Amino acid sequence: MDSAVLPLRFQDWFSSRGWSPRPHQLALVDHLGRGDSTLLIAPTGAGKTLAGFLPSLVELEARAKLPPDSPGSKGLHTLYISPLKALAVDIARNLEAPVSEMGLPVTLETRTGDTPSHKRQRQKRNPPDILLTTPEQIALLLSDPVSMEMFRTLKTVVLDELHALVTSKRGDLLALGLARLRQICPNLRTIGLSATVAEPDDLRAYLVAQDVCGERQLSKVVQIAGGAEPDIAILDTQERLPWSGHSSRHAIGEIYELIKQHNVSLIFVNTRSQAEVIFQELWRINDDTLPIALHHGSLDVGQRRKVEAAMASGVLRAVVATSSLDMGIDWGDIDLVINVGAPKGASRLAQRIGRANHRMDEPSKAILVPANRFEVLECQAALAASRRGEQDTPPLRKGALDVLAQHVLGLACAAPFDPVSVFDEIRSSETYRHLTWETFEKVLNFVATGGYALKTYEQYAKLRKGPDGLWRIAHPKIAQQYRLNVGTIVEAPMLKVRLVKSKADGRRNPIGRGGRVLGEIEEWFIEQLSQGDTFLFGGEILRFEGLRENEAFASRSKSETPMIPSYQGGKFPLSTYLAESVRAMLADPASWQHLPDQVRDWLQLQQTKSKLPPRDGLLVETFPRSRYNYMVCYPFEGRLAHQTLGMLLTKRLERLGAKPMGFVANDYALSIWGLGDLSLLFETGRIDLDALFEEDILGDDLDAWLAESSLLKRTFRNCAVIAGLIERRHPGKEKSGRQVTVSSDLIYDVLRSHEPDHILLQATWNDAAEGLLDISRLSELLARIKGRITHTRLTKVSPLAVPILLEIGKEPVYGEAIDDILAEAADDLILEAME
Amino acid sequence: MSALTSYLDDFAIAPVCHDIQINGETVGLHESGILWWPDQSVMVVSDMHLEKASSYARRGVMLPPYDTGITLERLAAAIETFDPACVISLGDSFHDPDGSDRLPPVYRAMLTSLQLNRDWIWVTGNHDPIAPVRLCGETVDEISIGPLTFRHEPLQKTDRDVIAGEICGHLHPAARVRRYGRSIRRSCFATDGYRLVMPAFGALTGGLNVNDPAFHLVFRRRQFSVFMLGNDRLYPFTASRLIED
Repeated sequence: MDSAVLPLRFQDWFSSRGWSPRPHQLALVDHLGRGDSTLLIAPTGAGKTLAGFLPSLVELEARAKLPPDSPGSKGLHTLYISPLKALAVDIARNLEAPVSEMGLPVTLETRTGDTPSHKRQRQKRNPPDILLTTPEQIALLLSDPVSMEMFRTLKTVVLDELHALVTSKRGDLLALGLARLRQICPNLRTIGLSATVAEPDDLRAYLVAQDVCGERQLSKVVQIAGGAEPDIAILDTQERLPWSGHSSRHAIGEIYELIKQHNVSLIFVNTRSQAEVIFQELWRINDDTLPIALHHGSLDVGQRRKVEAAMASGVLRAVVATSSLDMGIDWGDIDLVINVGAPKGASRLAQRIGRANHRMDEPSKAILVPANRFEVLECQAALAASRRGEQDTPPLRKGALDVLAQHVLGLACAAPFDPVSVFDEIRSSETYRHLTWETFEKVLNFVATGGYALKTYEQYAKLRKGPDGLWRIAHPKIAQQYRLNVGTIVEAPMLKVRLVKSKADGRRNPIGRGGRVLGEIEEWFIEQLSQGDTFLFGGEILRFEGLRENEAFASRSKSETPMIPSYQGGKFPLSTYLAESVRAMLADPASWQHLPDQVRDWLQLQQTKSKLPPRDGLLVETFPRSRYNYMVCYPFEGRLAHQTLGMLLTKRLERLGAKPMGFVANDYALSIWGLGDLSLLFETGRIDLDALFEEDILGDDLDAWLAESSLLKRTFRNCAVIAGLIERRHPGKEKSGRQVTVSSDLIYDVLRSHEPDHILLQATWNDAAEGLLDISRLSELLARIKGRITHTRLTKVSPLAVPILLEIGKEPVYGEAIDDILAEAADDLILEAME
Repeated sequence: MSALTSYLDDFAIAPVCHDIQINGETVGLHESGILWWPDQSVMVVSDMHLEKASSYARRGVMLPPYDTGITLERLAAAIETFDPACVISLGDSFHDPDGSDRLPPVYRAMLTSLQLNRDWIWVTGNHDPIAPVRLCGETVDEISIGPLTFRHEPLQKTDRDVIAGEICGHLHPAARVRRYGRSIRRSCFATDGYRLVMPAFGALTGGLNVNDPAFHLVFRRRQFSVFMLGNDRLYPFTASRLIED
């Protein structure tokens, strides 16, 4: 295809800059010109954004030549939707350059939660040609009878970072919004912009309307081959590799040297606490006072913007960041990405590495820094995957029911609707294709009257069915309520962290009005602190002083060693793909040649002292230690699945008389300890291992456990807020006194005992099975190892078991198990294994 | 029936209360959240907030409509256990002034049967300042029996001669303790030996931490104890052992 498909003005612009349009840019113009929705898959730096807008710019140029006031000569033409509002603003800025350089008569504006209300009102009456916005704003606009009108002229929707959008409930909300938009404008075309993914067909299906009875419909796809192959290496540390932990302290000197050797480095870590530790440690040895900054999601927004601006203007040498910097926005010339800790997924790693050298023809340079021995294996597997270009993005999710409930209320706010045609509309989106009429009706009843078997709320119904068969909101107030509740992001209750003078300075009344706010921190984390405890936050060691209303007061501490928070949040589970690669590597000693000596020695020792975990089966080791008997198995299915398995196995072992006392799980292994002689019980067959790991454990045992556990309460709260059963906490309203607000925990208890089939409990269960409990992976594991369980009786801890045993006491232990062996010294354990 | 089994039966059904002294009078605290005064055969329940869910439903928040049923079943169990001559409902019996009017017939019948053969006193509360409609019982703003005074809202004073013997509700006390790195939060009784604040009895009523400033006007700082409601017993703690929310 040649650039002749472009109007002269565009051709001139490209050649005036010494460029020629890239083939994928022309391909998009061509597909869209034929009315086809298209997915564009490209690595970062391939000119994805311009490609996404080029078809619209071409059409808008032609539209401007129509006589004014002729049909189709004005109105909203293109919607651009991004997962980040900062990204929408950034893209608008980048797009203004070509528009003004070509002298195109095109208006473009952003609309986010920050847009002033007078501007939003004006946008409804007089929309721009191109509107850049977020999924929540689309939901809001669609629920408003006035603004809905502005979509009638819409021709194209551009979805940026689609691979990231579709993995969350925001993607569900957007899918429903798209289904609505297709009804309003039947010839609507969509463009998806995505990084490389494992299943491009999922995204192609997401982009177009599905025919429920027929075959899966797919959009066109344009794929750009990867640019120059990235230059990735694993840090070959000269230090001793830790057995466990995630801090990477051992490699801090080496990381610092790397920063010195490069212009700008981006240091990615997996959790906020890791970011804090690495930042702290780097500054401890920063003898050259290199400008090194910190960036994570709980820092104050102003602070984050400052770091971003400094990065863009090139005054920084390094930024330590969490996934808050994973996405899209251009931060200038980064020439090295350092990934600290395990990558957890091959695609995740590829996207992070793509942040270096935002020009696709030059190789991105990245260095992986594993924090412990298992992470070396994981890094090695990720490296191999990257060389083969393999991807492990998660499969497309099924649409959540709480999001559907929110959408149904939004529809009613916009206009009276016919449930049958709405049902068809919803099922035309790929994510809700599986929805049954029965479930839809339950959702509808939930929105109308709470959906309870006891029908007592008819008189208070929010939605009513009119004599015309259409459903409408009972009162305009309902629409106001809806608008306050839109969105799928439910923040964990957060407290502001405010700097104050220390109580330790001997002042009698230490907590005055306090100084500046440093950022926000989860309520549950503060709950476990006592006054005087020290923790890392915002790159400083703080001393907790106390709580005042919704603020945590903290002072600067002189302490050298903070009590490091063990944040649970922000940990990504090991991807199935990487897990499989690690198992394969372990089982095949020939593949160990690429591993560092320390790791190879460790694995060889395991081979001599015990056995290697098989690729498809499961190795179960048992050994006595101190007062207890331990069982360690190595499923490699991620921490969440292991935790669920640990809980269920403990229950079973208890029933079988093995007297289990507790368990601990990490991404690679699971260990259970107890008083009973597990070695003997397994060897004599008194406990049959195959029966112990039988798949039926996911039946009654799971139900029984969930019934008495409060594990699902947090999940329930999120669902209840999204579905609109309880109102969001809005800033400033918390002070109304907790005794008058309704606790979602109490509602959960009431529903579980009185209406266990309620739609919200179903939504909660779906969420938990996917996330918190990781049931699908657990059930795959149980099926895989069936009949392939190997038991090895040992006299003492094996080398491979050391890391998991070292985590005892560091990770929270669930259940009633008594964990009174926390004090066991780590060094003894290691010596024991090496003997 | 042998003497032994009869003894065991008696033992099994004898309610176990935690006896404490309020203004010199012995009263029992029960894990169900009620107060039992054996000398007068008086049982006290506070802050039932009946029809709370339907109160929310009126403004579009469709909470599960089972709270009244759950609360009344708990109340029936307590009444069966203690068989009191008199029940005092210590205010906020209904979540709003129309609550008694909205009470579904089945629950009205249930409540009426609980009132048979005993005195019933409705103390008014801020949520239900008027007498409930179509229900038996006497409605009062407060009532004194012997050395004890029953009112919904505690007087905002801590002078011991003024508040001695005050039994009240309103604040929905809850306490949090930390053990083995995990914190546990429960509804509780709170007392300094002079006055007693009752836990909220309703199925959908939350709690307010006793470290909240609202309690500073009721107890001298840290000079009180709580009895947290457990599954089959009460857990006593002194205020100094409790943590904030």
